[in-house]
Amino acid sequence: MSIDTDTARKVAKLARIRVEEADLPALAAELSGILTFMEQLNEVDVTGIEPMTSVTPMRLARRADVVTDGDMQAQILANAPDAREGFFAVPKVVE
Amino acid sequence: MTGAPMTGPNTWTIAAARDALRRGDITAVDLTMACLTAMDAGDGLNAYVHKTPELALDQARAADARRGPDAPDLNGIPLGIKDLFCTKGVPSQAASNILRGFRPEYESTVTAKLFGAGAVMLGKLNMDEFAMGSSNESSCYGPAVNPWKVDERLLTPGGSSGGSAAAVAADLCLAATGTDTGGSIRQPAAFTGIVGMKPTYGRVSRWGIVAFASSLDQAGPMTKTVRDAAIMLGAMAGHDAKDSTSANMAVPDFEAALTGDIRGRRIGIPREYRIDGIPAEIAALWGNGTAMLKNAGAEIVDISLPHTKYALPAYYVIAPAEASSNLARYDGVRYGHRAKLALGDGITEMYEKTRAEGFGKEVQRRVMVGTYVLSAGFYDAYYNRARRVRALIKRDFERAFADGIDAILTPATPSPAFGLGEMANADPVEMYLNDVFTVTVNLAGLPGIAVPVGLDAKGLPLGLQLIGRPWDEAGLLNHAYVLERAAGFVSKPQKWW
Repeated sequence: MSIDTDTARKVAKLARIRVEEADLPALAAELSGILTFMEQLNEVDVTGIEPMTSVTPMRLARRADVVTDGDMQAQILANAPDAREGFFAVPKVVE
Repeated sequence: MTGAPMTGPNTWTIAAARDALRRGDITAVDLTMACLTAMDAGDGLNAYVHKTPELALDQARAADARRGPDAPDLNGIPLGIKDLFCTKGVPSQAASNILRGFRPEYESTVTAKLFGAGAVMLGKLNMDEFAMGSSNESSCYGPAVNPWKVDERLLTPGGSSGGSAAAVAADLCLAATGTDTGGSIRQPAAFTGIVGMKPTYGRVSRWGIVAFASSLDQAGPMTKTVRDAAIMLGAMAGHDAKDSTSANMAVPDFEAALTGDIRGRRIGIPREYRIDGIPAEIAALWGNGTAMLKNAGAEIVDISLPHTKYALPAYYVIAPAEASSNLARYDGVRYGHRAKLALGDGITEMYEKTRAEGFGKEVQRRVMVGTYVLSAGFYDAYYNRARRVRALIKRDFERAFADGIDAILTPATPSPAFGLGEMANADPVEMYLNDVFTVTVNLAGLPGIAVPVGLDAKGLPLGLQLIGRPWDEAGLLNHAYVLERAAGFVSKPQKWW
């Protein structure tokens, strides 16, 4: 599978990583190289094999649906790049 | 401090320090001071990226107050902690600019358990950014340097746990924590002549460890001896309700399992690991290791793990896929770096600029590969196919173990440590080949351990890997203990830093 510049631009957009237009051809070439390496997987006969979902055969533990912690607004906001009046602050998202 | 510089208490094993502390031959404060002095004299290795001497001395004083025959094994033992572990109030950056300034408000389960057992933290250790790399060169702090040096070249300590490996090998701590997603404990251990163990998936809690690929990540000990790995794993392991994949199983006494008796055990030698282009010295080392186990009374059995060849490509679909999801949280809102925005920039520009500035090249590459293989139209062709192949790789091991194999012996790495910068112009896939012997273990969720077994012609350490049955870390450690004793590896790097 060869990735073209348009696909590289789309992947960068989906990944929310800004890539300058001039850097897209190099990115496309790198991604193509990696995907070519992955294409060896097409040699494997996977008929009747289910995709592996859990590493060890165990049932995920359940717990009661109750609040177990809370009241730590200051701790939650302590590392925020921009926190105001008890909230995370971001650029305006609605007009 | 008594003794010559190279035999100071910082060079001790955990087991020796534990016994000396219990006898009252040394205090935890003096032991910690010796390590802090070595740490400061080791800045040329760039192993420590955030030093915590005040915390270390506070913890050492508390350990001295607790000292006695009933104190836990790790009471007063100075450790280095990989930067991937969240440590309360101490920078925890995963060697990434996107987490610059992040000081967790909480403690990872592993570090909480170690500190609860009386361990002392000397500081945080260098690594590849988000644990993505095999040479420590993707770190935002610059690479850690291998203390082994045989010519003018500076060598990589391996990665991703390169700072941990360098610090243990250079005696800048007694032992260190590492994490292993595709070989990140075992490859650096082999490159630096130390012991590194990845436990069974679910043995050690992942809570509070910055996530890379959640179905592959496991934390483990990086130590000077197999006995130390047994002691330290005992303190790190155990069920944790905060990690839903943590196994609710009792933790055995791993040190007690080191009997040195492996008579009648069956050791598998997988033929698919005889890959093309493997250096003759590594092939010879593998043969020597096989002979050592045979001489100890084990039965050597040729086995086949037919899907081995497909482990690397499967890994490089699955790991980036999981990483792209895990790293979506770095958005410049809740913690870490946020890009400076231009007038009129909205939230999308904030995400895109923040992630472009905060993530290094390799991390960006993997996030984008992961995004691609999970995107509509390719999910089945890449991601689901890789997960099917993963099931086959796991089945290969299950069949070998069902046939009565107790442990599998392989090389740990396809080469000795290489020079820093030597891979700078290589294709990313060439760097990925470092993991060829180790990724299968993560894909199958098995325990694996790297043991130093010899030196190459230039004098650089080489290691072998033992792979165990799921949950049989005790048996695996005993095999490793036999290999370690037979190999008698005692070489240390000459101090030049």
